[in-house]
Amino acid sequence: MGMIFSLIAVIVLVAVAFVGTQLHLSGLFGVAIPYLAFLVFIAGFVRKVIKWGQSPVPFHIPTTCGQQKSLPWIKQSKLDNPSTTLQVIGRMALEVLLFRSLFRNIKTHRTDGGPVYGSNKWLWLGGLAFHVTFFVVFIRHLRFFTEPVPAWVNMLDAVDGFVQVGVPHMLITGVVLLAAATYLLLRRIFNSQVQYISLAADYFPLFLIIGIALTGILMRYFIKVDIVKVKELTMGLATFKATVPDGIGSIFFIHLFLISVLFAYFPFSKLMHLAGVFMSPTRNLANNSRAVRHINPWNPKVHLHTYEEYEDEFREVMKSEGIPVEKE
Amino acid sequence: MAIKPKPNELLSAINYAPPQKQWMDNPVEFKKGYYCYGAKPKNLEYIGFPNGREWNSADQDWKLVDNWKEIFLEGMENLLKKFRSFRLFMDICVRCGACADKCHFFIGTGDPKNMPVLRAELLRSIYRRYFTVAGKLGKIAGARDLTEDVFKEIWYYYYQCTECRRCSVFCPYGIDQAEITMMGRELINLLGCCTDWISGPLANCYRTGNHLGLQPHTIKSNFDYMLDDLEEHTGVRVEPTFNRKGAEILFVTPSADFFAEPGVFTCMGYLLLFHYLGLDYTWSTYASEGGNFGFFTSNEMMKRLNSKIYAESKRLGVKWILGGECGHMWRVLHQYMDTMNGPADHLEAPVSPFTGTKFENAKSTKMVHISEFTADLIKHGKLKLDKSRNDNLNVTFHDSCNTSRGMGIFEEPRYIINSVCNHFHEMPDSTTRENTFCCGSGSGLNAGEIEELRMLGGLPRANAVKYVKEKHGVNMLSCICAIDRAVLPPLIDYWMPDVGVCGVSELLGNALIMPGEKERENNLRGEPLPGMEEKGEEE
Repeated sequence: MGMIFSLIAVIVLVAVAFVGTQLHLSGLFGVAIPYLAFLVFIAGFVRKVIKWGQSPVPFHIPTTCGQQKSLPWIKQSKLDNPSTTLQVIGRMALEVLLFRSLFRNIKTHRTDGGPVYGSNKWLWLGGLAFHVTFFVVFIRHLRFFTEPVPAWVNMLDAVDGFVQVGVPHMLITGVVLLAAATYLLLRRIFNSQVQYISLAADYFPLFLIIGIALTGILMRYFIKVDIVKVKELTMGLATFKATVPDGIGSIFFIHLFLISVLFAYFPFSKLMHLAGVFMSPTRNLANNSRAVRHINPWNPKVHLHTYEEYEDEFREVMKSEGIPVEKE
Repeated sequence: MAIKPKPNELLSAINYAPPQKQWMDNPVEFKKGYYCYGAKPKNLEYIGFPNGREWNSADQDWKLVDNWKEIFLEGMENLLKKFRSFRLFMDICVRCGACADKCHFFIGTGDPKNMPVLRAELLRSIYRRYFTVAGKLGKIAGARDLTEDVFKEIWYYYYQCTECRRCSVFCPYGIDQAEITMMGRELINLLGCCTDWISGPLANCYRTGNHLGLQPHTIKSNFDYMLDDLEEHTGVRVEPTFNRKGAEILFVTPSADFFAEPGVFTCMGYLLLFHYLGLDYTWSTYASEGGNFGFFTSNEMMKRLNSKIYAESKRLGVKWILGGECGHMWRVLHQYMDTMNGPADHLEAPVSPFTGTKFENAKSTKMVHISEFTADLIKHGKLKLDKSRNDNLNVTFHDSCNTSRGMGIFEEPRYIINSVCNHFHEMPDSTTRENTFCCGSGSGLNAGEIEELRMLGGLPRANAVKYVKEKHGVNMLSCICAIDRAVLPPLIDYWMPDVGVCGVSELLGNALIMPGEKERENNLRGEPLPGMEEKGEEE
């Protein structure tokens, strides 16, 4: 149900953008909606992070995945069980850049003799490919919002097109992004466990991103648009002198609209894991809670059963057993 | 005690394929043997918990208070404000499924709602419905109304989680179902729906200082039994002290260690070690519990029980605290105690009186783990050991969940085992250290009425033991957790008999050459040592 709903939702979005351009609403789809979406993204993103930040971290709860720092002759696992801030940065870098935890993934198989566990790196590979290529594609698009285009963005483009296939050169990241997103989608549909836990909120962003990648690829290689005019529009957006040149194909506006929807949707969705991963107390704290006291800002006042109360109840038996007491 | 289904019947019934219908459309079905009895009102009353009443978890009517829904939702809002972990973990899960088959309860039962992600969604669906805008759209947004059936479903599955954190290791954002379960249980406790197995020990511990409700004279007589046995086996009379002011060190361990087998053998190991060293230490009858069932209830209750340790160390005027072998006890001591009941300014940073080692890693909390303490002694050559006394044992080591993923104490116990045993074999990597599997009975789930669930939850652990038993002839499963020592024997007996369970300190106690000891013929269990079998028969 969630999948069909999401697929239809994205198809409707594509249709809306298409009809919009046919009705010459390019001002709306080329300027107003992108600006609005960007605003919603920034405001929503900041609001969410502030909301998280307002809840304190009362207890020191890192998940330790290696040997602790204890005695000097025992080798500590510094990146999986960090005890200093620098080591925490190392752990976070591994997590954010290389998906350390997903790399651990193993798969449980049922056998007649009981469960057994095998290596399973596909999710790690697919997830990493998806995120890395998405990031590169995002950075590459800076050439639409800068003039002159910084040398490093051009260089990234050149590296990305290293296979030198087709005209214009095929950019490998776009293709890998589409393939990885498709893998993640198929996994969600055909892995029965993942399918069972999936919500519309899981399919929708995947369809949206696949739509964005598809329209992008179509635009670059197949249904060409006037790239000079596109840049005129995007530079206008970037410099707050918005203009909408005539004669940019509908496919561009569909692409831009889907991106706008993604931006506006982002802060209200699971996509906020982008920010959340940095704030996760099971990952971003050093395992030094016995060496450095962690403060709970709301440490509650509680009723205690004091020693005096205890002794009052058990004084006689304590005395008879020769256990020292405070009051004879 | 033995449950009806045979191991092969349970094993062949496991099926990982989820049902066709969406999970929200599959209402919870209370399966006998999978849920605990409800808390008795007298226990809740004793610790001042609200909404206690006579009720039965097997009944249709749980006799919830009229405004239970408001209490639940207000409580949830309160926890979201107090715990960043909770709010974050409600928001950022992408349902990638990496955690799905990591939970021992899912592996054992195949129940899809035991996939950590789905166990979390049970509560997340409520969060979305009442605390997010999109959630107003209902089911399509993954949201649902809080109804009595939904509450029961949360209850049912939040007591099918042992807070072992294995899912959290594999989650790309470190989402920790243990944390979410703790939040869920806080809410459950607002409605007086704690389990009997947890609330009984809570009330006991609050009153008598330990979960088992042992009063001072009972503790003393339990020790006398152990001391007599020790004297018989070693010829040495050990004389521990209780509630002694001016001792250098306070020793705290789970009360199970001085209550029943095989925990008492571990306790005998402590007693021998301290006697051997001439350690200036004392036991306490007031702070006679290292474990903390408050941890399975609410953060406030955890604090109330834990407070006794620092309070007693202050009253007795000790310098620092040494802690025995226990899993969740050490998670609380390591990650919570100092925050809750510190700063421990009345204590000194721990230094071993025998090696001079400063335990830098414990300089604020001022509490040292017995395995850290012992490993340091062995490393410095302070202990005379006869490894061959454990030659009849083929040992493997079970990493307890809490000390593994909430602390990271892996090498210390292994160093001790390798120093006192000649035959040690690891279980497969995917089942040890940070990947370790829970015993299936942690976090207050060691209740008789859920034995079938516990056997299934413990299956992954038992199966790994079976593997090393068949491959290396392992006959002893060692661990550093009192719950393990209580629950692994029946688990192992159920799945593949003839493997014993012991604490690491028991192995140490066997090997330790005590000054003035007689010729040792028996181990701490009273069984003949290797080479002494015939002597035993002659007698």
